[in-house]
Amino acid sequence: MFSRAYKAAVTLPPLVWVTVFLLLPYLLMFCYSFWSVSESQTIVHSWNFANYGELLRVDVYWQTLLRSMWIAARVTIFSLVLGYPLAYFLSFYAGNKKDLLYQLVIIPLWVSYLVRAYAWKTILGSTGVLNTLLQYVHLTKHPLEFLLYSPFAVVLTLTHIYTPFAFLPIYAALEHIPRNLVEASHDLGATPGQTFWKVIFPLSIPGVVAGATFAFVLSLGDFLAPLLLGGPSGIMISNIVVSLFGAAYNWPLGAAISFCMLLLVVSLLVFSERLEKKWSFS
Amino acid sequence: MELLVSDAKLVSGSRWLFVHSAAVFAFLYLPIAVLILYSFNGEGVGGFPPHHLTLDWYRTLFADRPIWDSVLNSLEVAFAAMVISLTFGVPAALALDRAQFPGKTLFRRLVLLPLILPGIITGLSLLMLFNVMGTKLSLMTIVLGHGTALISVATTEVFAGLQKLDRAQEEASLDLGANYWQTFWRITVPNLKLPIIGAALLIFTLSMDEIAVSFFLIGRDNTLPLEIWGRLRRGITPEINAVSTIIFVFSLVAIVFWYRLRVRGESAAEGGTR
Repeated sequence: MFSRAYKAAVTLPPLVWVTVFLLLPYLLMFCYSFWSVSESQTIVHSWNFANYGELLRVDVYWQTLLRSMWIAARVTIFSLVLGYPLAYFLSFYAGNKKDLLYQLVIIPLWVSYLVRAYAWKTILGSTGVLNTLLQYVHLTKHPLEFLLYSPFAVVLTLTHIYTPFAFLPIYAALEHIPRNLVEASHDLGATPGQTFWKVIFPLSIPGVVAGATFAFVLSLGDFLAPLLLGGPSGIMISNIVVSLFGAAYNWPLGAAISFCMLLLVVSLLVFSERLEKKWSFS
Repeated sequence: MELLVSDAKLVSGSRWLFVHSAAVFAFLYLPIAVLILYSFNGEGVGGFPPHHLTLDWYRTLFADRPIWDSVLNSLEVAFAAMVISLTFGVPAALALDRAQFPGKTLFRRLVLLPLILPGIITGLSLLMLFNVMGTKLSLMTIVLGHGTALISVATTEVFAGLQKLDRAQEEASLDLGANYWQTFWRITVPNLKLPIIGAALLIFTLSMDEIAVSFFLIGRDNTLPLEIWGRLRRGITPEINAVSTIIFVFSLVAIVFWYRLRVRGESAAEGGTR
């Protein structure tokens, strides 16, 4: 029905734009990761694997990467633990309040990410809202210092930010479950627990996988929450990249780390797409 | 009897779910409530209970030129980014829906990647591009960054809209002698009005809030999030609470507006088929 000219007209402009501003920059990042910086702080375009060698050799890089993955894993688990029952409640028990409650989950996303991280800082600080509240009601005498500038603060803030992201695909998956399957399970004598574990949960797995991927990938690459709330023990891999592109001035090494992150993210995406396909029922 | 038991279990189960959901909502809204409350607190940020409720921070804010300059910058960037994302995102959705070409899968993955990729990777890769091209960093480079990254939003929204679109109308238009250009503007776009407006609003707000990509592409002029970021590093003041509260209220108005529009659009569509 559509002519070749039409297809070319809708295909070529975005194709060219995406090639120049997405594909080319990623390829450039790949190239940079093989270059190096000279004594006089200029980029030397000589090709070698030195940067990747350094990543394997110097402990701090892969240790920070592992710590970032551990932080991201905790954020993912907490987001799912908070998000799944919420999605289940909305989908199966909220009745005519469903749409309103759904909007209420989305609305916090409209408050800037940075502002919400900052709000947590004002809550968790040693003279912050929480500590002064605890002293006000005489639960503690001295401010709890572990609240801010710790991995705890980073995990808490990122969980706050990514719980709605985990919630959304889970809710969508639960909404797609045909209700007569649930009724059939009840009619055939299954208890509510059995119905949940044998019917509802397996059918919601694609949503769980999508939500977990969102939470893990986005929190893995975060660098602002650690800068704002993490302190020295909450440093993540992206913070190292930021300093390599800034004060430390070693773009090629920064590019090598970024490219590893890109590979990690893309392989996670491919893996989760596989998982979602495997568990989808339609 | 058995039925009664399982009903009782169901009720206790749903009560547990209710309590859990209420707690999650409290968790999601706690920082926002604190943020708004302390924008009126005379004693500054933190300290319980808040006292000396005042509008002073709003007065300070309204006299604060750099903040308002950065708000204007952000509005300009968001508008320009929205134009770029729609200009390339809508055709990209049409291409994914209707055209077959080599590399289509790669193209689809590439377009959608910034949606899930941490902002730092998009920002840095563009920084390297601009560096190699010798482009000076400015609001323009941020526009290019946001515009490119948010094509993903326009494409996803419009592609979803296209799946529901009845192609017969376009076919009829073409059969009746309209050319593709006329058909696009008179049939395709009006039918995709809701997804396009939805995408535009979403792109606008996402760009207003964006910081990870902007962080690397910033020149001399700040966007609002970067202005806030700069101030946070120097120490915290309730002025930031005040400006965030104002923006939150504007966002709420936008959501309500969008929601009304969608409800009206949906009921109009139902009326049309009746």
